[in-house]
Amino acid sequence: MATVIIPTPLRKFTNNASRVSVNATTVKELVNDLSLNFPELKKHLQDETGNIRSFINIFVGDDDIRNLQQENTTLSNDTLVSIVPAIAGGSGDHHNVEFSKEELARYNRHIIIPGFGKEAQQKLKAAKVLVIGSGGLGSPVLLYLAAAGIGTLGIVDFDVVEDSNLHRQVLFGVDEIGQPKVAAARKRLLSLNPHIQVNIYNTQLNSQNALDIIKEYDVVADGTDNFPTRYLVNDASVLLNKPNVYASIFQFEGQVSVFNYTNAAGEPGPNYRDLYPTPPPPGLVPSCAEGGVLGVLPGIIGSLQALEVIKVITGVGEPLSGRFFTFDALSFETRTFNIRRNPANPLNGENPTIKTLIDYEQFCGMKAVEKPIKEISAKELYDWQVKGDAFQIIDVREPHEYDIVNIGAELVPLATVAAYAPNISRDTRVVIHCKMGGRSAKAIRELEEKFGFENLYNLKGGILGYIDEVKPELTKY
Amino acid sequence: MALQIEPNALANMIADAEKSFPDECCGFVFGEESGTNRLILGMQVVDNAKPGDKRRRFEITSADYMKAERFAEERNLLLLGVYHSHPNHPAIPSEHDRLAAQPYFSYLILSVMDGRFEITRSWRLNDEHQFEEENIVQSVHIKKI
Repeated sequence: MATVIIPTPLRKFTNNASRVSVNATTVKELVNDLSLNFPELKKHLQDETGNIRSFINIFVGDDDIRNLQQENTTLSNDTLVSIVPAIAGGSGDHHNVEFSKEELARYNRHIIIPGFGKEAQQKLKAAKVLVIGSGGLGSPVLLYLAAAGIGTLGIVDFDVVEDSNLHRQVLFGVDEIGQPKVAAARKRLLSLNPHIQVNIYNTQLNSQNALDIIKEYDVVADGTDNFPTRYLVNDASVLLNKPNVYASIFQFEGQVSVFNYTNAAGEPGPNYRDLYPTPPPPGLVPSCAEGGVLGVLPGIIGSLQALEVIKVITGVGEPLSGRFFTFDALSFETRTFNIRRNPANPLNGENPTIKTLIDYEQFCGMKAVEKPIKEISAKELYDWQVKGDAFQIIDVREPHEYDIVNIGAELVPLATVAAYAPNISRDTRVVIHCKMGGRSAKAIRELEEKFGFENLYNLKGGILGYIDEVKPELTKY
Repeated sequence: MALQIEPNALANMIADAEKSFPDECCGFVFGEESGTNRLILGMQVVDNAKPGDKRRRFEITSADYMKAERFAEERNLLLLGVYHSHPNHPAIPSEHDRLAAQPYFSYLILSVMDGRFEITRSWRLNDEHQFEEENIVQSVHIKKI
C-alpha cells in the first residue's frame, strides 16, 4: 500500500482526504486506481488517452518520476507519493499566443522569413496598436497592420467619409460616403482579416479621453493632421510610457519618426517635444484640407509608418528612434536626421513641468468657441414644404447619390459649396442636407465661417432621416 | 464568495510585488474557510522560477509547492491559493493564467503600474474552468499567525 498525498486543490474530489492509500506497484497503476476510486479526479490527472497530464507532477519520495522511470516507476509498501500541480501563470506575452490552421496559412510568408519567424508573428498577434486618425495616413497603416495580423487594432476618428477623401484614403469607397470613418474602416479591415479584433472610438481624441483610450494599447500610431492632436498624442504617450510611431504629410513632403521608444537599456528615446518644444503660430502650417496633398504620398509615408510599428512590436531591425526621416516626393530625396533628447523638454527633461494633459487647442493658439449649428427635423421641413413657406434647399452630396434619390434640392457637392455661396439666399431660411447630416454640417460651418451666413439649417439625419420619417416610399441607399 | 485578508499579509504581498517590479512576483496564501468565504491569515513569498524573462510569467517549483503544503499542514491552516503580480498590466487573469489555473485555489493578482501597487483582485475557477471574481472584503484587523 503506497500512500498518496493529495494536493489541496484536488481534495474536493477525494472527499477532502489529504492522504489516500492505494494498492499499486507502479505509478501508472496508482493513477488508474485513483481515477477509478475518485471519478471526478480523473480529468485532473489524466488526459483523454490516459496519459498523466502535463501540468501534474508526480513525486515518489523526493524525486520527480520524470527523473525515475516515469509512469513505470515502481512503488513499495511504505512509499510516499505526492501529486504536485504545476503552479504558473502571469499576465502573459507572445509566447502563449497560438494560431489556428487558417492563421498559420495566412501568415506563412511572414513566418518563413529568416529572423522573423513564428515568434515575431506571435508578437504581432499579442500586440495592441492604437491608430489615431483613419484618413490618408491611417488608411495604409490600418490596412497593412490588419493584413500583418496585429491582434488588436484600435481606431480613433470622429469624421465621416467624404468624396474628397477618396483620392488618398484607400480604406474607403463610394459606398461608404456619409458613414463614420471608424465604422467603415472596421468593416473593411475585418473583411481583409477576420482573425483580428478592431475596437473603434467614434470621437475626437481630447485631453479628457486620451489617457483612458491610449492606456489600453501597447503602441500608438499618430496619423493626425493638426497640431493640437499631435501634441496631445505625444504628451499622452510619454505620460503613459508608450512608443508613438509618428508620421505627417504636407503637399509633396512626408516625415516619419519613432518617439518615446524605450531601448533595451530602458532609456526612452526623444519625443515630439524634443524636436518642437512649442507649436508654430496658428495658420502658418495649413492642414491637408487647406493646403492640399498628393494622394499617393500618404500611401508611401503611411506604409513606412506601418513598417515602424511592426519593427517596434517585433524587435526585428532598428526602429527609427532618435532619427527623423523626411521624403521629398518631387526631388525623390530622402534624408534621415539624428535627433536627441532635450534636457529642457517640459515632459521628461530635467525639470518636467507637464504632469497631466493640458488644453491643446489653447496651447496651439487655436481656441475657438464652436457655436452650435442650427438644425431642422425632417418633420419640420415637411411642414414648411406643405405650408409652402419660402426657403431654399441645397443638397451637398455627389451627383451619383443625387441620381439614386433626391428631394428636389439644388445639387451642390460639398467641395463646390464655397464657390456657390453667391447663389445662396441670405434673406430666406436655407436648409442644407446630405445623406446623414455630417457633410451638410461641414458645409454650414464653412459657409458661416467664410461668408458669415446666419440663416442656414442642417437637416437632422440627412435624406435618410427624411425618408424614414416622412417619405418611406423613396429609395434608400 | 468573499475574501478577507489579514492586513500584514496583504502588506507583505504588496511589498513583494513592488520590490519585484518589473518582474512578476509569486507566492502562496494560507488561511481558513467557511462555506464559500475565505479568510487569508498568512502568506509565503516564493521565488519566481520562470527561466529567462520574468516580466510576464511566473512559475513555482514543485519543491516550493510541497513546502507550502507542509507549512499549511503543520500550522493547521488551509493552502487557499496563489498570489502573483501583473507589472504594468491590470489585475485581471490572462488566458495563460486561466489555462494554468488549479481548481479550488484563490488566485490573487496584484496590479503594479510603473513600480507602484494599484489594486488586488482575486479570482477562482468555476466548474467550467472559467474565472469568477471573489469579492475582497475590506480588511479588518484579525489575528496574526
